[in-house]
Amino acid sequence: MALTVGIPKEIFPDEKRVAASPEMVAKLIALGFPVLMETQAGALANMPDEVFRAAGARIAASPQQVWQEADLIFKVRAPSQAEVALMKEGATLISFIWPAQNADLMAALSAKRATVLAMDCIPRISRAQKCDALSSMANIAGYRAVIEAANQFGRFFTGQITAAGKVPPTKVFVIGAGVAGLAALGTAVSLGAVVRASDTRQEVADQIKSMGAEFVGVNYEEEGSGGGGYAKVMSEGYQQAQRQVFAEQAADVDIIITTALIPGKPAPRLITTEMVQSMRPGSVIVDLAAEQGGNCELTVPGEVVVRHDVTIIGYTDLPSRLARQSSTLYATNLLRLTEELCKAKDGALLVNMDDEMIRGATVLKEGTVTWPPPAIKPAPVPAKPTPDAAATAPQAKAAAAKKPASRRGPVIFGGVAALLLWLVGSFAPTELLEHFTVFILACFVGYMVVWNVTASLHTPLMSVTNAISSIIAIGAMTQISPALGSSAAPASSLMFALAVAAIVLTAVNMFGGFAVTGRMLAMFRKQG
Amino acid sequence: MNPASLVTTSYLGAIVLFILSLGGLSSPETARRGNVYGIIGMAVAIAATVLGPQVTMRGLPYLICAVLVGGSIGLVAARRIKMTQMPELVALMHSLVGLAACLIGFVSYFSHAESASTAVGAGSTILKVEIYIGVLIGAVTFSGSLIAFGKLAGKIGGKPLLLPARHWINLACLLLVIWLAVDFVQADGAAQGLIPLLIMTALALLLGVHMVMAIGGADMPVVVSMLNSYSGWAATATGFTLSNDLLIVTGALVGSSGAILSSIMCKAMNRNFLSVIAGGFGTGGVAVQGEHAAIAGEVTAISAEDTAGLLKEAKSVIIVPGYGMAVAQAQHTVWEITAMLRERGVKVRFGIHPVAGRMPGHMNVLLAEAKVPYDIVMEMDEINHDFPDTDVAIVIGANDIVNPAAEDDPTSPIAGMPVLQVWKARCAIVMKRSMASGYAGVDNPLFYRDNTRMLFGDAKKMLDEVLLALKK
Repeated sequence: MALTVGIPKEIFPDEKRVAASPEMVAKLIALGFPVLMETQAGALANMPDEVFRAAGARIAASPQQVWQEADLIFKVRAPSQAEVALMKEGATLISFIWPAQNADLMAALSAKRATVLAMDCIPRISRAQKCDALSSMANIAGYRAVIEAANQFGRFFTGQITAAGKVPPTKVFVIGAGVAGLAALGTAVSLGAVVRASDTRQEVADQIKSMGAEFVGVNYEEEGSGGGGYAKVMSEGYQQAQRQVFAEQAADVDIIITTALIPGKPAPRLITTEMVQSMRPGSVIVDLAAEQGGNCELTVPGEVVVRHDVTIIGYTDLPSRLARQSSTLYATNLLRLTEELCKAKDGALLVNMDDEMIRGATVLKEGTVTWPPPAIKPAPVPAKPTPDAAATAPQAKAAAAKKPASRRGPVIFGGVAALLLWLVGSFAPTELLEHFTVFILACFVGYMVVWNVTASLHTPLMSVTNAISSIIAIGAMTQISPALGSSAAPASSLMFALAVAAIVLTAVNMFGGFAVTGRMLAMFRKQG
Repeated sequence: MNPASLVTTSYLGAIVLFILSLGGLSSPETARRGNVYGIIGMAVAIAATVLGPQVTMRGLPYLICAVLVGGSIGLVAARRIKMTQMPELVALMHSLVGLAACLIGFVSYFSHAESASTAVGAGSTILKVEIYIGVLIGAVTFSGSLIAFGKLAGKIGGKPLLLPARHWINLACLLLVIWLAVDFVQADGAAQGLIPLLIMTALALLLGVHMVMAIGGADMPVVVSMLNSYSGWAATATGFTLSNDLLIVTGALVGSSGAILSSIMCKAMNRNFLSVIAGGFGTGGVAVQGEHAAIAGEVTAISAEDTAGLLKEAKSVIIVPGYGMAVAQAQHTVWEITAMLRERGVKVRFGIHPVAGRMPGHMNVLLAEAKVPYDIVMEMDEINHDFPDTDVAIVIGANDIVNPAAEDDPTSPIAGMPVLQVWKARCAIVMKRSMASGYAGVDNPLFYRDNTRMLFGDAKKMLDEVLLALKK
């Protein structure tokens, strides 16, 4: 029997989002799930009942009806205890849960023998990106942060020279270049501001630059990547250097947007009261970490406050302030996850605990707590083959043998060279030594000259050296005449034939080599 | 006026010209001049030799005939050859130098044997050793290059031929060669010395065949540059035999150039030079291939039309060509697509891996033939960090050089080899005939990435379709 999907109205104060969009409802029905929506569920996100009805959903008059009929519940915010009480025994819930902070909720859901997939627990692997609601919400929060800042800030973002005077561009400083930070700096750049950004993770510098912003580095050697693409807590020395950089920026910029979060820790305090005081009157700070305590000392979560003539925005509901957009994106994330759960497209769910993504998201399975999941393999490379002992052993041995050899190499080489020189020096006549000197010098000249050849010309280099090596023809040429001259010797006709053959061969090489090199080089051309 | 001194100074001039010739190749602007220097140097050297005291009027007509015959064959071959066949041609030419060195060595031996009574003691021994070494290197170069030619031209299979105990065979050959050398030096008279010399030549020929047969197709760039180096050393050895400084210097230039190229190629594949020479590549790969085949994930195919659509919307595109482009002769179509995209304002560049193709710089020559301006053709190190800012990376018939396993998977046979990081582009389109693995015999996780799209089919045919769709 096909499972019914229920989508209740969000009851959290000021929550405008809904876990559905008309497109997603239509696709769920195509997957075989009947959809039941609470009346007015999408009203605050500008999606009235009619559009959902048109997409094929049934509209329920009360929340009780939805909770009691549905086998699969989609929500945005974690459910309240009252909502859990209404829930059908053994039903499945997909929502934000935050299991670490909500132990009571987990217990209540467990008592209902519920299966719960937490959207905040989707692992950060590339396969799961389509379901990653944290990212899609962070993207919106970053965008909205700039819009809120622009709303509070009394000037243009873009610099202008008008008949009424010159307007300098607004300077924006973004702290933390995760999804939200990158979205914020992208939005600020497109509004025309001068944007700088800072992050403890060196590897995001390129991403920041690619968005058209300037990377502000902290001049202190420490790697800030803490695995899974998140940041980690930095050392005291680093923080000292970082505070100095932030203080310099605070005195210079008009708007600061902070997005610094470390998983499972309170938000780091990055903007001190002194920094706020150093900002120009009318400046704006948007603290996206307000919910976790804030990156700024003066932030009041959920409110806009003015301190030392600086407006500090501590909204914790930025995605909800763009309800239509965030509902649509969130609904798509839900739909993608549902598709993964229902590969047969038959309206039934299969919570496959062998699937890394589903395993990570599932926090309760039929009432049993399955959170936290086992650690994800560090590198997102699929299916590493179990190394064959026989195959790796020689490799390991080779690697072990290689190291000392590389140190021994020059010594051996030097020894052999010295021995050769001694041998040549003791036995060879002076004439040979002269040639030998020339030879060694020529090797070095060749070595120096050839290193300068660019990689793109390696083929012409080979064909030209090949042509030059037909200089060997000279050897054959000097042999022809003596072979003819001393006709008395029996071997001379053979010698003559061999020498002529050698000349023919080298001539092929000489002319062909230079001609083909010329042909190749003629093709290398510059633009225009 | 001393004619012998004049010859020597002319040789000196030729040497300087040859060095300038190699120096000229440091950039495409001066490369053509470099080739001209080489030609002038060669002309000076030959003219000096012909007009010098060592060539008599009696020998001159034969000499001129021989040069004309050989020269015209060479010129015709150089005209007719297709750019995709360059590696074969170069290998074949190396074999000619090797054979010539061999022949000259024999001639020197005969003339030495004739005048044996005049030279005695250390001088005679050293001359014999020089002849011996010259013939040895020449013979190895000759047979090795012929086999390399056969492999490159597809006349011999590309798979490495791995005889059991092949290292012992090589070692035994080497010891035998040394033993024969002793025999050869101690021999009295022409006929007696000839036997060990001939046996050694046969052994050297076998050694050359065996050495190149054991090397897999992916290592061909190393082999070709190594043989390039050998042909230089053969010339040097001949120079020692004939006491000719010009030959010694030129041979040393060529020899060190080839040696440097080999070492660059080895570095580009993260391989030890000795291990390339001593044993076929892909030996480790074949063993673990079965396990690698189990890579999880889906392959997403794409059509030519959709590829064109992606290209139209892209702002920056990097094209990574491989041997597949050479085989399909697709370089002209690639340039047409490139030109069309550039007209639309798309930033198109080429990323060339050092060992792409079958010879150092192979791809550059093909792209140059198609009139791709060299300033948009980048080396791996120049372009690798640009992939994250790239919308579409197109891989045309390349496999191992874009394999992320080289970076991520320490058990992979190609682990540690520097590769072009196409998977960092927003979208990577891989053009391939099938899902078969590359020369290294390693499966490629790139094909299973989320942002990878596979465009299956012959590179030329698919690119033509893409071009058609772009024109619409």
